[in-house]
Amino acid sequence: MDFLSRYDLLGAFWVTVRLTVFSAIGSLVWGTVLAGMRVSPVPVMRAFGTAYVNLVRNTPLTLIILGTSLGLYSTLGLALADETSGTFLKDNNFRLAVLGFVAYTSTFVCESLRSGINTVPVGQAEAARALGLRFSQTLWIVVLPQAFRAVIAPLASVLIALTKNTTVASAIGVAEASLLMSEMIENEADKLFLIFLAIAAGFVVLTLPTGLFLGWVAKKVAVKR
Amino acid sequence: MTAAAAATPMIRMSGVDKFFGPLHVLKNIDLEVPKGQVVVVLGPSGSGKSTLCRTINRLEPIDKGTIEVDGQPLPAEGRALARLRAEVGMVFQQFNLFAHKTIVENVMLAPVRVRGVAKDEARRTAMELLERVGIANQADKYPAQLSGGQQQRAAIARALAMRPKVMLFDEPTSALDPEMVQEVLDVMTTLAAEGMTMLVVTHEMGFARKAADRVIFMADGEVVEDTTPEEFFAAPKSARARDFLGKILTH
Repeated sequence: MDFLSRYDLLGAFWVTVRLTVFSAIGSLVWGTVLAGMRVSPVPVMRAFGTAYVNLVRNTPLTLIILGTSLGLYSTLGLALADETSGTFLKDNNFRLAVLGFVAYTSTFVCESLRSGINTVPVGQAEAARALGLRFSQTLWIVVLPQAFRAVIAPLASVLIALTKNTTVASAIGVAEASLLMSEMIENEADKLFLIFLAIAAGFVVLTLPTGLFLGWVAKKVAVKR
Repeated sequence: MTAAAAATPMIRMSGVDKFFGPLHVLKNIDLEVPKGQVVVVLGPSGSGKSTLCRTINRLEPIDKGTIEVDGQPLPAEGRALARLRAEVGMVFQQFNLFAHKTIVENVMLAPVRVRGVAKDEARRTAMELLERVGIANQADKYPAQLSGGQQQRAAIARALAMRPKVMLFDEPTSALDPEMVQEVLDVMTTLAAEGMTMLVVTHEMGFARKAADRVIFMADGEVVEDTTPEEFFAAPKSARARDFLGKILTH
């Protein structure tokens, strides 16, 4: 077992955690905006939301992540870090990966939220409009808070999927857990199953509590009708 | 108030038509409700009375005709419409209290978010209103913890918090258990006695007799009778009204 101490497992998982957290926050924000667009009374917004979700949701994640690096950076020259800095490649790839995860995961957040919006009775929005609230206020103050509470459990599944999806970032050289795993397998081919187990255990440690905690939160904040 | 302002009706509908697909739910409705009047709209289910009520603040858009509230034509969807709705209180059959907010938060919400009233002032006003409808002691509970009658009284307080010029009631007691109907009608009767302009869609004949200045009877999307409660209940002119009253008053 002590061969494990020759590798920076904690460091690699720390990158996984950071990828997950930043991507989750971004996906939550962008996914909420997308959901707002999809239920908006403005046809152009609805059309954009629908087109975006259907296009991105149905594209393989690997393609999107490679697209950020090969497309956005190598071809279009979009740099998300200071190019003169010594850690440019590392920072740029990390941020490009986050961008890709946000673009992708937000579509699932959007669709979860939209199903949550459907659980809010029509009368809630009617009462809000009848009181003089504008569309955006009705959405943000009355509908979305209730929709969010209804979809915490499905959002937990999205978050767990995202945590595991971060392994795709290894395709553009982000030093997260699975990239370290590849390196370990190359060096210690005889300990293959042990390495698998160690990495898998690391992911379970991250995702299991997330699921349990959010399941508890979902019960706690459920809207009683 | 000048003579002209007094003469401007609070609600004016002229030539209003509304379709749900092929169904003609409102047929060429002409209706004026002067300020301070309490109008009760009666009619069998499917007669279009709820739809009529909902067109006045444009929760249901109309297909033809014009609707004016206090001399101002109903604007299209947008900020102007939101401003107008703020002046028109509405009470729903299903109460529609915001399920994720406490009772007092429900009452404070629109004054704070729409009118920009300071929170502590809005809370004071909200508590006064809850006191008036007799549920101040329930202020910090959530809607689901209250009985139907209490919820509906809270919903009335929420509408009143915007100091509306007119109140629309869309079958306010139809979803209530029988023993809770009276407490809601009492609040409405008080409101009527205070001079609020009200349009009430209901099946409560007692309320119509006691509190209404005027009864409108609708059937098949048309206003069939428009008269005083005394005349309507004593001597309905149309066969349809007689038939309707016969069905509900015999037992």
